[in-house]
Amino acid sequence: MPETAELAERFEATLAADQRIEPRDWMPEGYRTTLIRQIAQHAHSEVIGMQPEGNWISRAPSLKRKAILVAKVQDEAGHGLYLYSAAETLGVSRAELTDLLHDGQQKYSSIFNYPTLTWADVGAIGWLVDGAAITNQIPLCRCSYGPYARAMVRVCKEESFHQRQGYEILYTLSHGSSRQKAMAQDALDRWYWPSLMMFGPPDAESTHSARSMAWRIKRLSNDELRQRFVDMIVPQAEALGLTLPDPQLTWNAERGHYDHGPIDWEEFTRVLRGHGPCNAARMEHKRRAHAEGAWVRDAAVAYAAKRSVEAVSVA
Amino acid sequence: MSTPDPGRVARPGPGERRDWPLWEVFVRARRGLSHVHVGSLHAPDATLALRNARDVYTRRQEGVSVWVVPASAITASSPDEKDPFFAPAGDKAYRHPTFYDVPDGVRQL
Ligand SMILES: [Fe+2]
Ligand SMILES: [Fe+2]
Repeated sequence: MPETAELAERFEATLAADQRIEPRDWMPEGYRTTLIRQIAQHAHSEVIGMQPEGNWISRAPSLKRKAILVAKVQDEAGHGLYLYSAAETLGVSRAELTDLLHDGQQKYSSIFNYPTLTWADVGAIGWLVDGAAITNQIPLCRCSYGPYARAMVRVCKEESFHQRQGYEILYTLSHGSSRQKAMAQDALDRWYWPSLMMFGPPDAESTHSARSMAWRIKRLSNDELRQRFVDMIVPQAEALGLTLPDPQLTWNAERGHYDHGPIDWEEFTRVLRGHGPCNAARMEHKRRAHAEGAWVRDAAVAYAAKRSVEAVSVA
Repeated sequence: MSTPDPGRVARPGPGERRDWPLWEVFVRARRGLSHVHVGSLHAPDATLALRNARDVYTRRQEGVSVWVVPASAITASSPDEKDPFFAPAGDKAYRHPTFYDVPDGVRQL
């Protein structure tokens, strides 16, 4: 077995050559724990993220919209599974990660602590929340950790339909009756700022960013990603005929980007600390669903055990 | 951590197996291609592992055939991907066609 110094050198050389780190490679403990925390939080977000939209499955306005929403929510469950699968290659178990979420020791994206008040919110989530997620996830397809990068490739392929279906919902509403258009505008008013917060605190205050960039886990900074997102949605909002609720939003010809107004980071911190409108409800629902599913998991294990005993006695 | 919280899910004792066994999933995308590793999942037995694999990894017709293999049944070359195990292939450039000189004008070789 080579010395740690030699292993560390090999690890750095792999990163420097822009090659991927694979599960059985030696890696610094900090790299491993950073990845576990990030991938787990990402997985939890996919799973908790099913709740706000799930709220509208039974009330979707048509069978077509209902089938689309079911498929979308099912995809999010799949994304959670790809990500838990990637996290497990780092030596944690699924059960541990579930416990850490249920105990509040690991987090999920704060965006899912906002309520879905109307059908237009389903549109706003698809367009803005999935749109922000895609912006975030595209560079993660080149993340230095192989299993995470590969999971992101799968996820990104599936996300584009999520964003489009949301946009289509808002487009339909904004070109409908005046009440429908008002509903779309109201949803946009409520989801715009939280979606900008999804990229995390400004670079100057982001604690883990520099190290994650050095390890090539993160490829672009929070502010760079946020800028990409804003530049993407401004013309899209124009096509909807809706107004982004940001009076300071202006084209900056010098930078070649849109400038946006100041983000209320106090609100972000408040929601992150558990005081958003739905934090308690989301966690309560998650714990209950898990507890109520216990008998199914147990029954499946008992059945598998019985079948394997039968198989042995026949042989 | 020491104060009991009735809202929390009771945890089984140490050593008790919590997760269903882990299976690695391989998908053949279409006829003519090999099965390729796509990820893993947990399932109590092979039948459910296959069903879960279909639901998790082939929602968009990504495959025409799926294999599930208990993760514990896989033997890997070594704990490290960069490994002397593969060294014997390193110094045998003559296994590649580019090793050989072909005279000018000679074709289809
Ligand atoms: Fe997702
Ligand atoms: Fe999505």
